[in-house]
Amino acid sequence: MIRFEPRGPVGVSRMIAVPVVAAVVALILAAVPMMFAGLSIFEAYGLMVTGAFGSLFAFTEMLTRATPLILTGLAAAVAFRAKLWNIGAEGQLYAGALAAVAIGTGVVSGPSYILIPAVVLAGALAGGLVMLGPTLLKTRLGVDEVVTTLLLNFVILLFVQMMLEGPMQDPMGMGWPQSEPVLDEAALPKLMARMRIHWGLILALVAALGVYFLLKRTVWGFEIRAVGENAAAARHAGIPVTATFIRVGLLSGALAGLAGVGEVAGLKGYLTADLSPGFGYSGIVVAMLAGLSPIGVVFAALFIASIFVGADSMSRATGVSNYLADLIVAMALLSVLVSGLFLRFKIRFVGANTTREAAE
Amino acid sequence: MVHSPSDAPLVLKLDGITKRFGALTANGDVTLELKQGEILALLGENGAGKTTLMNILFGHYVADEGNVLVARDGQRLAELEPGSPHAALEAGIGMVHQHFTLAENLSALDNILLGTEALSALKSARAPAQKKLAELMARSGLAVNLDMRVSQLSVGEKQRIEILKALYRDARVLVLDEPTAVLTPQESETLFATLKKLSAEGLGIIFISHKLAEVIASSHRIAVLRGGRKVADLPTEACDQRQLAELMVGHEITETVREPGHAGEPLFVMTGVSAGHGREALHDIYMDLKSGEILGIAGVSGNGQTMLARVISGLETPAQGTMTLGNRNLDHASARMMIDIGLARIPEDRHHDGIVGAMSVSENLAIEAIRKPENQQYGLLRFSAMRERARKLIKAYDIRCQSEDSPARLLSGGNIQKIVLARTLETEPKVVLAAQPSRGLDVGATSDVHKRLLAARGRGAGVILISEDLDELMRLSDRIAVIHRGHLSAAEPTETLDRGTLGLRMAGHSGKDAA
Repeated sequence: MIRFEPRGPVGVSRMIAVPVVAAVVALILAAVPMMFAGLSIFEAYGLMVTGAFGSLFAFTEMLTRATPLILTGLAAAVAFRAKLWNIGAEGQLYAGALAAVAIGTGVVSGPSYILIPAVVLAGALAGGLVMLGPTLLKTRLGVDEVVTTLLLNFVILLFVQMMLEGPMQDPMGMGWPQSEPVLDEAALPKLMARMRIHWGLILALVAALGVYFLLKRTVWGFEIRAVGENAAAARHAGIPVTATFIRVGLLSGALAGLAGVGEVAGLKGYLTADLSPGFGYSGIVVAMLAGLSPIGVVFAALFIASIFVGADSMSRATGVSNYLADLIVAMALLSVLVSGLFLRFKIRFVGANTTREAAE
Repeated sequence: MVHSPSDAPLVLKLDGITKRFGALTANGDVTLELKQGEILALLGENGAGKTTLMNILFGHYVADEGNVLVARDGQRLAELEPGSPHAALEAGIGMVHQHFTLAENLSALDNILLGTEALSALKSARAPAQKKLAELMARSGLAVNLDMRVSQLSVGEKQRIEILKALYRDARVLVLDEPTAVLTPQESETLFATLKKLSAEGLGIIFISHKLAEVIASSHRIAVLRGGRKVADLPTEACDQRQLAELMVGHEITETVREPGHAGEPLFVMTGVSAGHGREALHDIYMDLKSGEILGIAGVSGNGQTMLARVISGLETPAQGTMTLGNRNLDHASARMMIDIGLARIPEDRHHDGIVGAMSVSENLAIEAIRKPENQQYGLLRFSAMRERARKLIKAYDIRCQSEDSPARLLSGGNIQKIVLARTLETEPKVVLAAQPSRGLDVGATSDVHKRLLAARGRGAGVILISEDLDELMRLSDRIAVIHRGHLSAAEPTETLDRGTLGLRMAGHSGKDAA
């Protein structure tokens, strides 16, 4: 029989150790199917490390991939801190991208210092508004936001497809379902010449610091933490619970929307319906791996991004599918969920009959 | 007090029981004997180890050291297999838990038979069972309609089913954990009359309690536990209340005394307030709380007290009626507004509604005033000011914690209540709503709560005290009203009331019947 005994307060070292161990466990578990695929483990992981860190190009590619993951990770982390289960970052990302394209492809013209902020704000606003609906349904009618945010992802993706094959299709695009390109004045500048890395990364890092500051030092952050940890007590103490949920919903959606802005205005330059390979969903893994800490989100996003980029590179070299990356990421999520149990409980193996014990 | 069976044989012996949970010793070398036909009261504060000891007896826990010995069918004492509730049942030990273990959707009869019939039996042997139960009911005076669904029965009836269940399984030892916690005074008296009858027929009974009066009135022998150890084991005739209280707490107790007060003008008034629906609904509540008085609300649990507290706390909007504080109308008041106009609320479930366990003591002390300038500036928290105030309150209210930064969930129930008291009473509110403020607290913490409430009254606040403990109400309240099925009786001066009258009203009889 296994017995769970609750632990006392958790130290910082253990908080950091848990995701690191979870990541290592995920890599070990992923080695099993790699062996079946006939790969040498050390060679394969070696290829992955060089693929993500082996050259300046590889490293900037990894950072480019981490940029949207930091933002969607923050979107999930801040919402989950309030126990607002936003599973809709993917849809909010597309909404942000759509808004950025709507503003940034020539409807308005002007210098960069007007157009870039306009594109960024429009994307954040669109993402926030998409999340506002499920938040209001939750606070007014008690509708489960997991269901509404998740299903809204598909609605928005279909809407984007409709727009890309209709009113927003690029007339010069040879009939491909893609938008007009973002104007140069509206595009986020590159950080380095000849590399794809762009200012979206700076935006994401600033956002992480901002969310950290918000949660830690402000009244709003205090209220978000109180509502998330015990909504009943927060309500009893006069904290505006509904308003807090709405604030969190808008912020979470806006962060995911920014991820879409970065991808379209910083990286791709135009919008297609395959803009995101599931950044919204991976953001949930990032947030969980980070223990919902905004600073942790940055590191978790770098880890997940290096897995993706490294696996792409390994896949090109060995011919093994890069689905392996998805496998490792999924294992990492499972490992971190299980290790959360270890964080809160001591596990004891004991004889039968004593399993019901618990301190009075 | 009951006459004791002097030379009856032992039916049960707990021999040197020790049980540790990590660093905590819940039971340390406890030895307890029970004779046939004896009523033993197990007395102790919360956390003294009473329930742990009984759970070891019943096989829920395994003792680290020591044995449980039971005499089967008048034979010699023999060791009971540890850690097996099944073996305990087999050996004739019946347990009535504080929270009943009945299937609400089954009939009383089904509940009693549950688990006594072999799975392989093709037909349920109801007729002989009914005959046996009829006999048991006639002999013990435990009357229950066996065909009713449990969900339709009152708390007292459910308890009777639990006892019948044990008797039906031929229990020779019956253990009751805090059996009167949910009963009116009259129901408690009936229960003890039944227990005396059963003990006279040879049943050994252990009941757990922390109420001194009932322990002295209804037992042969009293064992007192403190900090997991047995500190006294005395025949009841040798005990008095003060001595038992001091044994329980371990030091002398100073009683809180209510000096005559100076009740002023009506302060907080509810007129015709109705709210909620179902069992917990309120109907046409009238209440006038004056400044400088404590108004007690008596009632058996589940008669609308929770809804009343929620309405006064600003968590529930009344469907009808008006509430005013001074000239201020509060019909649509929120929790925020109640706090701002000086209405302090002490919630009945302090863990669930009182504190955010994951946040620190200082954050919990500041939470109601987090938007006040003393805690924030331009939306930024003023941490050092918050912590400094927390340190002061921790000292003033004697909150035992490692520091103002420890998570509040690590504190004991009494200290959690002190956090709530400190943050609500420190602002010198005009009205204090205290819902079950001493529930689950030990004697020391309870007397602390009482002193704080009396101090609030002393400086002219009106206090609404909702409680299920009549002793507490009679000691603190200037006037007492009774709530029954959502109706609140008119408040009457405490001096004109006695426990009997209140008990009858709590059971739903009007004032005239009682007179």
